[in-house]
Amino acid sequence: MAELQGLPEEYRDMSLEELHREIRRMEQLIRLLKDKVELSEPRTSGPDTQDVDLHSTQKTETQTLPCRTNTARKEPGCTRSLKVQEYKRYGRQMIMPEVGLSGQLALKKARVLIVGLGGLGSPAAAYLAAAGIGTIGLVDGDKVELSNLHRQIIHTADNEGMEKVDSARKFLHSLNKEIKLVAHPYHLSSKNAVETLEEYDVVLDCTDRPATRYLVSDAAVIAKIPLVHGSALQTEGQLMVLNNPPIATASKKKGPCYRCIWPKPPPPQSILTCGEGGILGPVVGVIGVLMAMETMKILLPALRTNADESTRKGTPFLLYSAYLNPSFKSVTMRGARENCLACTTMANGRTLKNYGYDTFCGLSCPVNILPPDERMEPKAYRSISPTSGPAPILVDVRENTQYNICHIENSINIPWSTIREDPADAFQSMNKHIQHNGSSQVPCEICFICRFGNDSQLAVRRFREQQQKDSGLKFTCKGDIRGGLKAWREQVDPEFPDY
Amino acid sequence: MDTDSKSAQGLPIVVEFSGGLELLFSNQRKHKLSLPSRDGKGHATNMAYLVRYLCDNLMSDARQDMFVVDDTVRPGVLVLINDADWELEGEHQYELKKNDNVLFVSTLHGG
Ligand SMILES: [Zn+2]
Ligand SMILES: [Zn+2]
Repeated sequence: MAELQGLPEEYRDMSLEELHREIRRMEQLIRLLKDKVELSEPRTSGPDTQDVDLHSTQKTETQTLPCRTNTARKEPGCTRSLKVQEYKRYGRQMIMPEVGLSGQLALKKARVLIVGLGGLGSPAAAYLAAAGIGTIGLVDGDKVELSNLHRQIIHTADNEGMEKVDSARKFLHSLNKEIKLVAHPYHLSSKNAVETLEEYDVVLDCTDRPATRYLVSDAAVIAKIPLVHGSALQTEGQLMVLNNPPIATASKKKGPCYRCIWPKPPPPQSILTCGEGGILGPVVGVIGVLMAMETMKILLPALRTNADESTRKGTPFLLYSAYLNPSFKSVTMRGARENCLACTTMANGRTLKNYGYDTFCGLSCPVNILPPDERMEPKAYRSISPTSGPAPILVDVRENTQYNICHIENSINIPWSTIREDPADAFQSMNKHIQHNGSSQVPCEICFICRFGNDSQLAVRRFREQQQKDSGLKFTCKGDIRGGLKAWREQVDPEFPDY
Repeated sequence: MDTDSKSAQGLPIVVEFSGGLELLFSNQRKHKLSLPSRDGKGHATNMAYLVRYLCDNLMSDARQDMFVVDDTVRPGVLVLINDADWELEGEHQYELKKNDNVLFVSTLHGG
């Protein structure tokens, strides 16, 4: 082992794969440093260059950005050039000084992983494929659904039911046949995340729940690659570049990871998904597009220098809100946390072991607080015979917007949010509502219903509490409809809209 | 300077909520508040005071745990003082200044 004298300790135990990764990283760093020197030279090489004809911008530009698009490159990585059709395809971006031939070659050489092919991943993948990223990895374990299509623009109605990974590949291939697409048709887990990410230079987190967001970030820390993080809900979106740089350099500290910024997960009851809270297509789309741009900034050497300048103060965090004016706001976040679990323990151990992400984030369990005899199956409700008196009045506790989209005939709407905030007032208005509708026979029976059968149980419980305080509520509560409107559709009315 | 007249003047600040937190505060994103410039013990009004004040006086939703857990802002909420992470500013100990802007943002997870 004499020939290995002088090899730093940390490389002695590295696997072949890890060594290759280190080599790639250092090569990239060397390239950057050369670019930097090249860019700095004219500015520091004496007063002559400063004084020459400042009025001619063209001339000044040629001097400060020398030969970047052609002759100056001699390192081996840049001897490859593009195919004839690629010059034409990428011409409009290549003539940008921020890209140039060297930038286009950097994009071609790059390997980018997109985790999640939904509302964020779709536009991000489309722009990155179009820009000529040489290798794009696509991770998703889901299939295309009709309810995805208003925002997940690379999937089409013809591909309903197809694996999202295959549907995405089809679209991206038709867009650009010059690039390589790698399908990973599975959900990331603590078992496969690190090995998947290690094949790439940058990862985009386009997933949709806290557990996967911690997983992708932890794996990015271990794989030592930058992470572009985006998220969106309803009318708002958020964007951040994390773990960038993944390793401290002479001029820059290691960037924070997701865990550095948010060491503790939010309580499960505070999480709203797109399925529950809703999402506007262009809102999630704009964040996905910006994620593609941030990825290109990481990969393009010329742009990265500018980006580094702006991040010296802290980590920028971009907030978008469609209905605010101005719609965009950039705030400054903290840097890496010294005692961050991912950046210390996990990074040193180079493994996620079998870290339990679902346990860490907590699961919001389906509500199950009513005894079985207070829960009525939809078909049992439907089969109540008119001879045994009128069926209980259905009290639909979904939000008013949802009730207005579709509801069961003769049901009334008292949203759970109003019950939760002021049960006395909410049930009083229910009282009036029912009497106004002509159900003069009091006491009458009521039965709660909601979208999935969770809030309806909470409403039953709250109603019983309120009834003890308020003798005016002369209803007999029969409980709720088990499984809500989803079960109603399955058992009673297949035509009931599944929104 | 004269601390008495300072506390009498009050401390005007702007508090904003986003990422869904506005739903807990009468569905209103921007609130202009005037706080006393000293708390009950004569200390300068700081972020700890503000968080307590918001729970006691401004929150319209009864679910306090959607905003505060263990006497501090719950995990998943970013606090920004004049557009910078409050961890850069001293968190609870940060003493509020006239016309400060404090933004509470819930992190989003959808995509
Ligand atoms: Zn080069
Ligand atoms: Zn970290």
